[in-house]
Amino acid sequence: MDQQQIFLTILGMAAVTYLPRLLPTWLLSSRSLPRWLVTWLRFVPVAVLSAMLFPALLTDGGQLHIARDNLFLLAALPTLAVAWKTRTLFGPVATGVLLVALARRFLPL
Amino acid sequence: MTTGDQGSSLSDVSAGLTRAVPIILGYVPIGLTYGVLAQKAGLSGLNVVLMSLLVYAGSSQLVAAGLFGSGASAPSIVLTTFVVNLRHMLLSAAVAPYLKRWGRGELAAFAYELTDETFALHAASFPSGVPPKGEVFAINAAGQASWLLGTGLGVALGEVIRDVEPLGLDYVLPAMFIALSVMQMEDMKGFAVALFSGTLSVALLLLGAGQWNVILATVIGASTGVLLELWTNNRSS
Repeated sequence: MDQQQIFLTILGMAAVTYLPRLLPTWLLSSRSLPRWLVTWLRFVPVAVLSAMLFPALLTDGGQLHIARDNLFLLAALPTLAVAWKTRTLFGPVATGVLLVALARRFLPL
Repeated sequence: MTTGDQGSSLSDVSAGLTRAVPIILGYVPIGLTYGVLAQKAGLSGLNVVLMSLLVYAGSSQLVAAGLFGSGASAPSIVLTTFVVNLRHMLLSAAVAPYLKRWGRGELAAFAYELTDETFALHAASFPSGVPPKGEVFAINAAGQASWLLGTGLGVALGEVIRDVEPLGLDYVLPAMFIALSVMQMEDMKGFAVALFSGTLSVALLLLGAGQWNVILATVIGASTGVLLELWTNNRSS
């Protein structure tokens, strides 16, 4: 893609991001979303996050990669522990990034 | 126009900025990472910043940077962004009833900067009375301003940082997924849906679904969650 195509893609991203943010505030001040939709939307975050997370941890170049030298998978455990404990964004991210950086520097993987 | 809504005084704004400090501390470093990675993925500095200005949704921007870098098509990038950001609909619907008296323009401006983190602050304060508009908008503006600041720093540093791997920056996104999942996990059903969607996503990828594995696994996973909910409700009633 050239920069102009990238910009047009960004405009598309902006539209599909803004509408779900905007429409409920305009349309739902007195009503609420249908119950089935609320239930479905409640499951979307966990579904989409793990649909992106699992391949990032378990695959490499389109192949399954579950081995001792899979740094991303190893670092996931302490990252998960800090996330569970602190329930913050920054704590687990800093932990994971630091561990991966240190492991690459000091471990013979 | 009621008089109570007027006079977004300086003290309202500074109250908002004070409450936004934890958000600012999180957004600057993650915005910086996005700036570095998006530039490495082949976006011009201008496009990197425009995305933070126009889209302003952190995790989806990092995901999009990865997709641009791997040569994904525009439709798949837009659709993935839609799915990743669909959760905002729920956040927006949750705060909407408290903002009945606001005008459409004000709601449009408010919704533009509604993120997981600003929502968390608003959802905590709105039930006991919506704060003055100056405070609410100061929180939102501080969020996006710090995200833009981080992005700009990332673009500037992108020239200096030749390789992100020694710094572990390629792990920011997986770590964010872990942190956000844990925050979203409400019960065992959520855990089951996460496990199912994640496994399905990997399976689809290995079967050659290409860039579509995330969308397919999300839609099927969330729908399975609805069925699970119906099933457990029927059993208990």
